[in-house]
Amino acid sequence: MKSLFSIFKNGLQKTATSLVRGVQSVFTETKPWTAEDFEHLEGLLIQADLGVVTAAELVNDLKERYDRGKIATREDIRRAMAEDVTKILEVAGAGNPFTPAAKPPTVVLLVGVNGTGKTTTAAKLAHLWQQDGLKVMLAACDTFRAAAVEQLVHWGARVNCPVVAGKPNSDPAAVAFDAATRARNEGMDILLVDTAGRQHTRKALMDELGKIARTIAKACPGAPHEVWLTVDAGIGTNAVTQAREFSKIVPLTGLIITKLDGTGRGGSLVPICRELRIPVRFAGLGERETDLQPFRPDFFAQALFEVKVTGSP
Amino acid sequence: MFEKLTDRFHDIFRNLTGRGALSEANIEEAMREVRRALLEADVNYKVAKEFVESVRQECLGEKVLRSITPGQQAVKVVNDHLTALLGGANEPLNLAAKPAIFILIGLQGSGKTTTAGKLARLLRGRDKKDVLLAACDLKRPAAIDQIEVLGRELDIPTYARRDTQDVVEVVRGARAEASRLNSDVLILDTAGRLQIDTDLVQELVRVKDAVQPQEILLVADAALGQEAVSVAEHFNQALGITGIILTKLDGDARGGAALSIRHVTGRPIKFIGTGERMADLEAFHPERMASRILGMGDIVSLVEKAAEQFEEAESRELEEKMRKNSFDLNDFLSQLRKIKNMGGILAMLDLFPGTKKFKDGLNVDENQLKHVEGIICGMTAAERRDPELLNANRTRRVAQGSGVPVQEVNDLVSRFRMMREMMSGLGGQLGKMSPDGRLPAAPPPQIGGRHINPIMMRMRHRGRR
Ligand SMILES: Nc1nc2c(ncn2[C@@H]2O[C@H](COP(=O)(O)OP(=O)(O)O)[C@@H](O)[C@H]2O)c(=O)[nH]1
Ligand SMILES: Nc1nc2c(ncn2[C@@H]2O[C@H](COP(=O)(O)OP(=O)(O)O)[C@@H](O)[C@H]2O)c(=O)[nH]1
Ligand SMILES: [Mg+2]
Ligand SMILES: [Mg+2]
Repeated sequence: MKSLFSIFKNGLQKTATSLVRGVQSVFTETKPWTAEDFEHLEGLLIQADLGVVTAAELVNDLKERYDRGKIATREDIRRAMAEDVTKILEVAGAGNPFTPAAKPPTVVLLVGVNGTGKTTTAAKLAHLWQQDGLKVMLAACDTFRAAAVEQLVHWGARVNCPVVAGKPNSDPAAVAFDAATRARNEGMDILLVDTAGRQHTRKALMDELGKIARTIAKACPGAPHEVWLTVDAGIGTNAVTQAREFSKIVPLTGLIITKLDGTGRGGSLVPICRELRIPVRFAGLGERETDLQPFRPDFFAQALFEVKVTGSP
Repeated sequence: MFEKLTDRFHDIFRNLTGRGALSEANIEEAMREVRRALLEADVNYKVAKEFVESVRQECLGEKVLRSITPGQQAVKVVNDHLTALLGGANEPLNLAAKPAIFILIGLQGSGKTTTAGKLARLLRGRDKKDVLLAACDLKRPAAIDQIEVLGRELDIPTYARRDTQDVVEVVRGARAEASRLNSDVLILDTAGRLQIDTDLVQELVRVKDAVQPQEILLVADAALGQEAVSVAEHFNQALGITGIILTKLDGDARGGAALSIRHVTGRPIKFIGTGERMADLEAFHPERMASRILGMGDIVSLVEKAAEQFEEAESRELEEKMRKNSFDLNDFLSQLRKIKNMGGILAMLDLFPGTKKFKDGLNVDENQLKHVEGIICGMTAAERRDPELLNANRTRRVAQGSGVPVQEVNDLVSRFRMMREMMSGLGGQLGKMSPDGRLPAAPPPQIGGRHINPIMMRMRHRGRR
């Protein structure tokens, strides 16, 4: 089996190589570093989707350390950057699956904008937790998008997990209530609620999401215990706005970075975590049910900057 | 969240315009701001750099430096360049063959299947074409069902195969079916794939070779980040795309990916997706996209959108009324009824800068609008023309007639008054427009003391999508 580190590393290879090449071509150890060198470095971070503000902050921090003589080599730079990014991503709960509710089922609500991977992630999580011996139920609450319910039903059959489904165009909150009631009555450990994608700019749909959460609480007091936002690794800085706006409607307890197998680097996680302090729980690395890994801030950051870690291959 | 570029330009040039001179250093500073605005909009870093390089030269030229309003002149140069880069003539779809075959390709979740449905609807409605939708995504669970559901909803025939995993076979079958049905257009919805997945990209090459499509359309999420360049470049190199469709512009991503993709492929952006419903597909307007990317006010699209939905003459009349501040409740009612037919009253209200308060105050939903309609109907023609006539007596009569509390009538009138004030501000702006419908490089329009919301494309269709 591949180690976690190598999985992250492979996922981020494309990013890492260009970034590292960039760093190495910018800085020479014999000449003092110039403002231009630092600006170039800032550009490299922006190209990893960290955003203008976060990139500038990281670079200023490095510059300050350089001026104080704390760092001197290219290797130092990479390590320092990785450290900074790791620190930002190390929010309490990062990489942890979930906190079991005092009274099962633990209800996990998956939310996000359109096409980010909610349904697929629901199936992946169901698969993972069932393998851990937990009793999992899926709720298909995307009653809007054509065949979204069928999609989850197919997944349920594939990973062998029960699915509570509503009729197309029925009230998603009612389906969620149904599912929560059933999950409680049938002694499930976990209920995974898949919701329709929505742009945070659409007030009616955001209100609908709030209603889903409140309705779940009626069936299972205290639920949803976890609300996770799927973040597409290929999306740019709008991901920060997405996280901010969703968290206003349903307090987010976790992020899932999806499609990290593509060339998108998921760099937006850095400004998101910096501003909102939401832990990243899992990373999606493909379209199969097994393509999910617990998130590791240090691996992510190190792979991003290709720093050797002791004990890794 | 974003400072508007024009605001920043304003700051940079404020002192200078007073002195009437502009130095190269000021231009440099302005260019840094432009670069930053582009990067904040997620324009690819290298693309942004090249772009800024190309406008810098022109900004350093006489016209800008000598201008009485160099700041505004510079904004105009930037905007014009960006529009040119994004635009070119609006290239229509190639319908030359029968069936004309269109393939939709792109990353996972970009909106291909939804867009396939939207495009079919558009071609049937606008171009009176018979369309066949073919489900060629054999990978994603229920992808075939998704196409079939859309086909049923739109009443457009679909072609699907559940007996094979060979996409080329499906595509050939779809073409045969299109011939049999005598379809004008065949739309192939394909599975999402990463641009770096060589096997799957090769599969598309085989599909292309098998059917010789008229259009290969790259469907891309408008919120894509820096990697948009790589996505577009790879797909274009392997397949030679003929056009781009940007999706999810109803979100608030500034959409710098549009520039990146356009820049590396040179192919036209043909449509934009502005929602999840089948009607939410619109022609692409480079000038609006430019404003959106730069974060500038977009009064042009406001006027165009209005003009599309109102009769043209009437729209001129409306402009005139807004200018003269004589827009009355009669006009409001007649627009209300028209807009209601379009199903987008709320979207329309959003188009009028400054109407947010009016709308929020009314707490408008479609039902509330019926109330408003009822109240206005309860007024005499004279009262509608001049709501100031509504004294206590008249107000009571209107309230009784329309079955609402007096307070509600008062509220409507006072909010209408507010709205009209704001509109007269807007009318002033309209007056400054040149005949081609463009604003001269003007300072950002100030209405009710605040800037017009720049993201006019963010037209929300409330209610159930
Ligand atoms: N490559 C890749 N594709 C993914 C991943 N997660 C989801 N997808 C694909 O993205 C598309 C949208 O996923 P879906 O779960 O339907 O998104 P939803 O609209 O948010 O529910 C589908 O084609 C999925 O197969 C991932 O981690 N990697
Ligand atoms: N808000 C919004 N959602 C869209 C738009 N186009 C597609 N979608 C949504 O994006 C998600 C993925 O769309 P789909 O067509 O399944 O993507 P595909 O995987 O590329 O075929 C669905 O939830 C669609 O409803 C758009 O223009 N605006
Ligand atoms: Mg889904
Ligand atoms: Mg699809």
